[in-house]
Amino acid sequence: MTFMANPMTAQQTRSAASPSAEAVEMVGVHKWYGEFHVLRDINLNVRRGEKIVICGPSGSGKSTMIRCINRLEEHQKGRIIVNGTELTNDLKKIDEVRRDVGMVFQHFNLFPHLTILENCTLAPIWVKKMPKKDAEEIAMKYLTRVKIPEQANKYPGQLSGGQQQRVAIARSLCMNPKIMLFDEPTSALDPEMVKEVLDTMVSLAEEGMTMLCVTHEMGFARQVADRVIFMDYGQIVEMNTPNEFFKNPQHERTKQFLAQILH
Amino acid sequence: MTTAVDMSHYVRSDKIEALPPPRLTRGPLAWMRENLFSGPVNTILTLVVLYLLYVTIPPVIRFLFTDAVWTGTDRAACREDTVGHPVGACWAFVIEKINFFTYGSYPAPERWRVNIFFLLLAIGVGWLLWLRAPRRDLGAVYFFWVFPVASYILLTGGNVDFGGGFWLTFAIAAVALVGLLVAAAYFLQTSMRTALIIGLGIVAVIGITLAFIEWDFGLLPVPTALWGGILVTLLVATVGIVFSLPFGILLALGRRSKLPILRLASVIFIEFVRGVPLITVLIMANTMLPLFLPPDTGVDRLVRPLVGTAIFASAYMAEVVRGGLQAMPKGQYEGAMSLGLNYPQMMILIILPQALRIVIPGIVNTFIGLFKDTSLVSVVGIFDLIKTIEASRIDPNWAAPTISYTGYAFAALFYFIFCFGMSRYSIGMERRLAAGQKR
Repeated sequence: MTFMANPMTAQQTRSAASPSAEAVEMVGVHKWYGEFHVLRDINLNVRRGEKIVICGPSGSGKSTMIRCINRLEEHQKGRIIVNGTELTNDLKKIDEVRRDVGMVFQHFNLFPHLTILENCTLAPIWVKKMPKKDAEEIAMKYLTRVKIPEQANKYPGQLSGGQQQRVAIARSLCMNPKIMLFDEPTSALDPEMVKEVLDTMVSLAEEGMTMLCVTHEMGFARQVADRVIFMDYGQIVEMNTPNEFFKNPQHERTKQFLAQILH
Repeated sequence: MTTAVDMSHYVRSDKIEALPPPRLTRGPLAWMRENLFSGPVNTILTLVVLYLLYVTIPPVIRFLFTDAVWTGTDRAACREDTVGHPVGACWAFVIEKINFFTYGSYPAPERWRVNIFFLLLAIGVGWLLWLRAPRRDLGAVYFFWVFPVASYILLTGGNVDFGGGFWLTFAIAAVALVGLLVAAAYFLQTSMRTALIIGLGIVAVIGITLAFIEWDFGLLPVPTALWGGILVTLLVATVGIVFSLPFGILLALGRRSKLPILRLASVIFIEFVRGVPLITVLIMANTMLPLFLPPDTGVDRLVRPLVGTAIFASAYMAEVVRGGLQAMPKGQYEGAMSLGLNYPQMMILIILPQALRIVIPGIVNTFIGLFKDTSLVSVVGIFDLIKTIEASRIDPNWAAPTISYTGYAFAALFYFIFCFGMSRYSIGMERRLAAGQKR
């Protein structure tokens, strides 16, 4: 009876995790791809409910940084603590963290051989051992929230890019995550579909979800972010409130970058 | 000038309705002109091919049908000097020998058992291959458990003597296995109850299987030395196909594993088995397998080539499956991992269903190759279909010039029907699975 045992272990970890206000804590994180030093001394604390937008030129390490948070990438130095669980080689801890952290990708990464509904119920059924009926109920709830309940029985390939990305968001939400990571969620979309995805993200932010978004949608950053981070050469170059960040950038590189993207 | 100015200020006021495509010239004549005689080179090619067909097809038809002999009881029916006209295929020979071709030397009064085996096999294959069949989960249980056990008992007669003290040993081993699983669950901090259920399930399945095999159903024991013909060919092919896919998948996963020892072992196995001819594998299985095992176990002479073909086919299958795994975009792995799926879940639910679908043509290609390669077991003295034909064609009762050709034509027909069937099925399945799921 696994579903008897699982809540027990979940409770144990919850009590073990200190009820700190930090959702994500990165201390002196370094990462190398072979010889290449991708992340250099990243220090970042994200409070619960905080929305952070990360921008920077391509190759600056911003995707790598948020992918370290759910261990899609491994860091080689420093500490990453997510929801009170430190990420190490311990597979159980990695699974624990991934259960609590949802991720939305640039290319959606929906499972093309499963219907929209199956995409959404898969993880709750297999990871949370939820009965199929309950999982479908929850999936329909979130599909309704992202405004595509009528597509539930179609396959991802039959949907537009914007719809697919909204499904991807719903799929993550079905796991009831505490933190959501967005890795350039609108970069692969047709211009007309960017807004529907951003609207979904804004409403998610308004509900108090902890969010880390790698994006170049500066309108979104202004509207939603508590902090904006600018990265280059694997380092955090500048971090500020959106107001200050856009009006009054300090670092020379930030000014240069903003001049390029804000016309 | 004026148009240019006009073009720069253009606002569409009406919507162009969708129109049917322009009518092309249709009909057989147009088709022939377009496809067969579209230029001088193509015209020449068409004429050459037509001439080749004219040269080859009529003699084949004459041999197989018009000049063929359909009835008769001995060589007199199939000799030109006795019947007085040219003789093509001597189907009377095949009809007379069909029982030998089907059952080999399986004792005639017991052949109903083989027929039931064929029926059970057909039911199992049909149940699994018909995608909309009811209760395909039960079909899988039937095909992978009930059918093999029933076939074993039917074909050999069952009633195996495990010897005294066997069940005591089994009971001890069972307790040890369950204990081990529960202990493992305890140390890995997963559900001990699940481990207990799994352990008892494994013990029950093995125990029931062994009990049935030992039970005396009153069937006459038939040693495998008497089996032959289509029975053996289908048996070797089925065992090879059924074992090669799961083993191939495991080997492919092993070869892509992050654990160096597992990866190295898989690579060595695959490369070694792929690097030697099947005949070598068969001869090695036949003569060397008994050397590795304790002398009193005495592996059956039919089991040895079964193991050999299964091993051989797995190595090929592993490379086919690996091709499918490599075609999977990284995003699918990441999507699955980000949702918290563990490695087995990710592979079974997300990666393998897609990867295997990509390589259906390769998998079926391997199956077809394996099916035909089963004819090589005759090299180690197994009486498969080819060997029964070889033995029959030198029967002095049927000494006639076309007997050998007839026998091989029959073999060709038999293999072609099965291989073509597999090929058509795979095409149909590709189409069905592709429907509505384009990326």
